[in-house]
Amino acid sequence: MGLLSLKSKKKIVNEEEGSNQVSKMKLLFRNRYLYLLLLPGLIYFLLFKYLPMWGVLMAFQDYSPFLGFWESKWVGFDHFINFFQNPDFFRLLRNTLILAFYDLIFFFPAPIIVALLLNEIRVQFFKRTIQTLVYVPHFMSWVIIASITYVFLTTSGGAVNAIVEYFTGETINFLSSPDWFRPMIIGQVIWKETGWGTVIFLAALAGVSTEQYEAAIMDGAGRFRRMWHVTLPALRGTIMILLILRLGNFLDQGFQQIYLMTNSLNREVADVFDTYVYFVGITQGAFSYSTAVGLFKAVVGIILIYGSDYLAKKMKQPGLF
Amino acid sequence: MHKMHNTPLGRVFDVFNHIILLLMGLVTFIPFVYVIAASFATEAEIAARPFFIIPDTITTAAYEYIFSTNTFVRSMGVSVLVTVLGTLVSLALTLTMAYPLSRRNLLGRNVLLNLVVFTMIFNGGMIPTYMVVRSLGLLDSLWALILPVAINPFYLIIVKSFFQNLPEELEESARIDGCSDMGVFWKIVLPLSKPVIATFTLFYAVFYWNDFFNALLYISDSAKWPIQLLLQQLMMVANVDFGEMDTMLADPPEESLKMAVVVVATVPILLFYPFLQKHFAKGILLGSVKG
Repeated sequence: MGLLSLKSKKKIVNEEEGSNQVSKMKLLFRNRYLYLLLLPGLIYFLLFKYLPMWGVLMAFQDYSPFLGFWESKWVGFDHFINFFQNPDFFRLLRNTLILAFYDLIFFFPAPIIVALLLNEIRVQFFKRTIQTLVYVPHFMSWVIIASITYVFLTTSGGAVNAIVEYFTGETINFLSSPDWFRPMIIGQVIWKETGWGTVIFLAALAGVSTEQYEAAIMDGAGRFRRMWHVTLPALRGTIMILLILRLGNFLDQGFQQIYLMTNSLNREVADVFDTYVYFVGITQGAFSYSTAVGLFKAVVGIILIYGSDYLAKKMKQPGLF
Repeated sequence: MHKMHNTPLGRVFDVFNHIILLLMGLVTFIPFVYVIAASFATEAEIAARPFFIIPDTITTAAYEYIFSTNTFVRSMGVSVLVTVLGTLVSLALTLTMAYPLSRRNLLGRNVLLNLVVFTMIFNGGMIPTYMVVRSLGLLDSLWALILPVAINPFYLIIVKSFFQNLPEELEESARIDGCSDMGVFWKIVLPLSKPVIATFTLFYAVFYWNDFFNALLYISDSAKWPIQLLLQQLMMVANVDFGEMDTMLADPPEESLKMAVVVVATVPILLFYPFLQKHFAKGILLGSVKG
């Protein structure tokens, strides 16, 4: 009897393996409603994400709206060569890199410092109030932030210029001065995002056990040594991850922010890849050339993302994928 | 939190720390206070005083003016419509796609997931996307503000991970009771996901309300401008034709009018702010858990 049951078990197993195709079909059929549920989202991705990826082929054409995609002439890498030989290329690269660098030096440490300061506040009511205040700008659109910037920085009655004039006797045209463009952009980012940036660090600090502080106190560590040796190391992992993420989108300067603060007087230092694609592509209609510029940026972006992921894994961090 | 034997230096630090943070809170918040104050002030006062918290003469002329113009009221209507409709579309698409992707036995699941993740690191870019939107005939349609950005892949992945971590026993017992896939999704999974749905409702709503980029790109008909684009034109281009308003005021209050538009564009966000603060913090922490 035992033998028989063993045999029949074997048979069943064999059947399952042999009818792999059939069971796959069965599985597909059994899950048909799940696929149906998935369909609208899938269509979204194909239509608005993957169709444009195929559309980047335009970068290798002389796309003409009259001829359409299929009839337009293929020109190979002409647009890329044009772009690299154009002085605009170095201007865009320089503007992008300088802004990214400023961002890293001036903005990146800001939320870490503020989180450390907030962490030292023991009156919970005070801490919460400050948090509530500094989070607000994060939720405002860039148009609102830019509008407020205009209101405060304008030379005709802006509060900041009133102060500048009081001390120096003259006004500074922040809004259209090429020299002030970068400080203004970084200032806006610091003002808008520092508060919100503390959230992730404060969450990391909430995980630090009080025992560690008590042990430090036992060892005679004062206030600042505790900050340096306990609090800051607790943030190391988070800082590394954010730094790596930042590296992955180093070329991404916010389009909306820069577009809103750009004008004919500061364009020389303001233009970055995305705004350039918009001005040349949408407003001037150079579709193929601007697609080539966008594609160049996207490809460099991919390299940066994989590069930073590789770096993360090398440093024993969780990585991005 | 941790017990202190505070040194004199530590006490000095405490004082400075409170002052620094208080200043920071004020610097972040006071610009909003000024804009609100200025929206209730007269033109003369705005011109005369660079900064104030309470205007000498309080007037609602600017608000009366903007609400009497078609241009402004229509823009608000567009923004409200796009925000409500867009949030519904986004939620529907995100939830219905996330659920099947969370089922481990779904054939082709990994292919589909990779398809989604790939869009987070590479995209066709502004011009090819514009071409697709144009060839679908969506230019100057409000759908252009919704459909091209309907699913945020990051949110999709987070929701998928959330579904994946729901207790399986509940679903199994529902299935034994004869529930179908659709039934499980509708009657078990969605009700269990209320907090996560609330979070992403707010995420999407804030995005749609604040979005200016897609309107700039796809909407050239000023009758269909959302409030953000109207405000940008008003502040930075200053050639908005308020046109067909009932001219109750011979001389429109220009500066306070701008301030009033800023305030009205901000108010919905401030109104929901307590919820936003809570749910966004949750969302950002959900997002930092790898799915």
